[in-house]
Amino acid sequence: MTVVEKAVAKLQRALGESVLSVEEFRGQTSVTLDPEAVVNACQMLRDDAELDFNFLAALTAVDYWPSEPRFKIVYQLYSLANKEFIGLRAQLSNESPEISTIESIYPNANWHEREVFDMFGVTFKDHSDQRRIIMPYDWEGHPLRKDYPLGYEEVQFTFNFDEIDKRKPYAKE
Amino acid sequence: MLEQNLEITVDELRHLVSDRALEGETMLLNMGPQHPSTHGVLRLLLELDGERIVTCVPDIGFLHTGIEKSMETKAYEKALVMTDRMDYLNNLGNNLCYCLAVEKLVDLDVPERAMAIRVLLVELQRIASHLVFLATHGLDTGAMSVFLYCFREREVILDIFEMCSGARMMTSFFRPGGLWRDVPDGFEEAVRSFVESFPKRIKMYEDLLTKNPIYTHRTQGIGAISSEEALKWGLTGPPLRATGLAWDLRKSNPYSGYERYDFEIPVGVNGDTYDRYTVRIGEMRQSLRIVEQVLDTLPGGPVRSDNRKFVPPPRSELGHSMEAVIHHFKLWTEGFPAPKGSVFVAVESPRGELGCYLEGDGGPKPYRVHFRTPSFATLQTLPMLCKDHLVADVVAIISSLDPVLGDSDR
Amino acid sequence: MGVETKLGNLGFVTTTLEKVVNWGRVRAMWPVLFGLACCAIEMMAAQSADYDMSRFGMELMRASPRQSDLMIVAGRLTRKMSPVLRRIYDQMPEPKYVIALGDCSSCGGIFNNYAVVPGVDEIVPVDVYIAGCPPRPEALIHGILTLYDKVENQKVKDWA
Repeated sequence: MTVVEKAVAKLQRALGESVLSVEEFRGQTSVTLDPEAVVNACQMLRDDAELDFNFLAALTAVDYWPSEPRFKIVYQLYSLANKEFIGLRAQLSNESPEISTIESIYPNANWHEREVFDMFGVTFKDHSDQRRIIMPYDWEGHPLRKDYPLGYEEVQFTFNFDEIDKRKPYAKE
Repeated sequence: MLEQNLEITVDELRHLVSDRALEGETMLLNMGPQHPSTHGVLRLLLELDGERIVTCVPDIGFLHTGIEKSMETKAYEKALVMTDRMDYLNNLGNNLCYCLAVEKLVDLDVPERAMAIRVLLVELQRIASHLVFLATHGLDTGAMSVFLYCFREREVILDIFEMCSGARMMTSFFRPGGLWRDVPDGFEEAVRSFVESFPKRIKMYEDLLTKNPIYTHRTQGIGAISSEEALKWGLTGPPLRATGLAWDLRKSNPYSGYERYDFEIPVGVNGDTYDRYTVRIGEMRQSLRIVEQVLDTLPGGPVRSDNRKFVPPPRSELGHSMEAVIHHFKLWTEGFPAPKGSVFVAVESPRGELGCYLEGDGGPKPYRVHFRTPSFATLQTLPMLCKDHLVADVVAIISSLDPVLGDSDR
Repeated sequence: MGVETKLGNLGFVTTTLEKVVNWGRVRAMWPVLFGLACCAIEMMAAQSADYDMSRFGMELMRASPRQSDLMIVAGRLTRKMSPVLRRIYDQMPEPKYVIALGDCSSCGGIFNNYAVVPGVDEIVPVDVYIAGCPPRPEALIHGILTLYDKVENQKVKDWA
């Protein structure tokens, strides 16, 4: 029994119904959890001496607009002792994209959660410093949402060069 | 865009500084985004008590390029060019991370020779990146000559890259399924002559810095951090190894055939600025060892997978095979579909753990790409490292963390 | 062979004001040390021993915009950075010149999206555009020499 299998079994035992599904894809295991249970799960995975997932390798989100539940928060934990990754997933609906912060367990989640807030508009309950991190303070919208346009600028070719050039806001001295 | 409002209400930011700043007892100083030693466009808000730093608030995002969003609109192979420009001192490493993720997602095998050449080039890139670190770190701590020497050697590595791919920095040489093409004639000799001459050069840098009292006084005991703290705050790569914890993804979770090569993980003791420097010097020596081993054991054979569902056929086949033309057309106009599912791949970049979260939705374009970048994590520890140090030390600490802002902001 | 042999021992030279001023501007053009992204690394390489930009009187990169007369915008300019760039440009004393180094600062390059300004000419007026992603150090040197040509051919009425 590998460490990841043990971790999944322990999660299922401790959290019961909150473990919604366990997925294995290309040898990587990801556990979908109830959003309420993420903090407990992280706490357990980190503090259990046998599992020892002591490093938060990545934290991000995926937007499934227009389907529901819209957001998926992705956690990748790593165990230095066991050299294994495990993924945690939590799905959030469009009406209340909110989830508890795991800052108290993995302090480096602070900036990652700020990034997710900035890029997806998912808020983190009890986050110590929830501000935009990457976009300017007064930016409108959350760029990585699927309903946010890419902001494509029309490419100038010979046939439409002058037409677009006229519209271009060139700077003055 | 020029009318952008940069005024921020104080209330929102009150919690970032101490109460003494609000009473005017300490001074708030803005450093960056245009500053010679912030390594790009990092902005720091420093709260100073005399020369001593009370708090340091990093502000990133001045180089946010929208790479993740742009990649979602391109086919898998075409999105590759974006990764080059992310961490612009580790272009091939970014390529490798993304290619490994794509290969994992679509379950594609890479020929032995391609894997070996990938390792070789990535290690050369690591040396080049550490050379830029050494150059700028030397400049920031007052040693101009190191800059000139380091860039001289870096040119040799860039010449090797140019020889392979035609570009000095943005090579896009690794493609999902292998390499763009085989390395040219004269490649092995060029690498070998570099491997022979470089150890002398490393010694030269060490002669300039390692025991130089001007340098050691500015770096020893500056910005120290313990292993536990470093792990808690997501510090990886040389800054983590400088604390004495020998964690290297190349050893712990080998990828692309790293398990075949024999190398050591240099570690430090105190986790201070000086140790971060010695760890990087040690890593350059180890990288050189790996390069040498790859050269000695370089296997022959193809450099691209022949799985035509994912890898375009070589040009020579297009003349006489209708099937090849169809594959070529399909792959370059539409791209290959990837299954529904998500993978997470982590590689060791010169700055630390570079992770790629890639999600496919059955179509030819990635549904979501996320890069967990090392600079993002290292910059987060800056407030802790800078606390109670002098302003001049901040410069040394930033350069010893070696952040690349393109990497942190993406 | 110096000026003296041509002049005899009269001790003066005749030329036009235009020529003298332009000569002075070209021979001591100090760029502001302002790197944004990838191209900044190539700018550093151009300063290094292999390419040695100081052959053209440009070894002094000034960290302060108030001491410089050339801004090399090296790398992609983002929306968040653009007010900063304009501010630095405004702080530079006249006469000032701008080189857009690389594809991203010339036209947005491969980043056609919400975050990147498609060409710095939206923010500051540009004198010379250098293509390449990133341009080789030789291309940068060529761009600077092109700018020298431009400055050397300026007329009195251009200054006023």
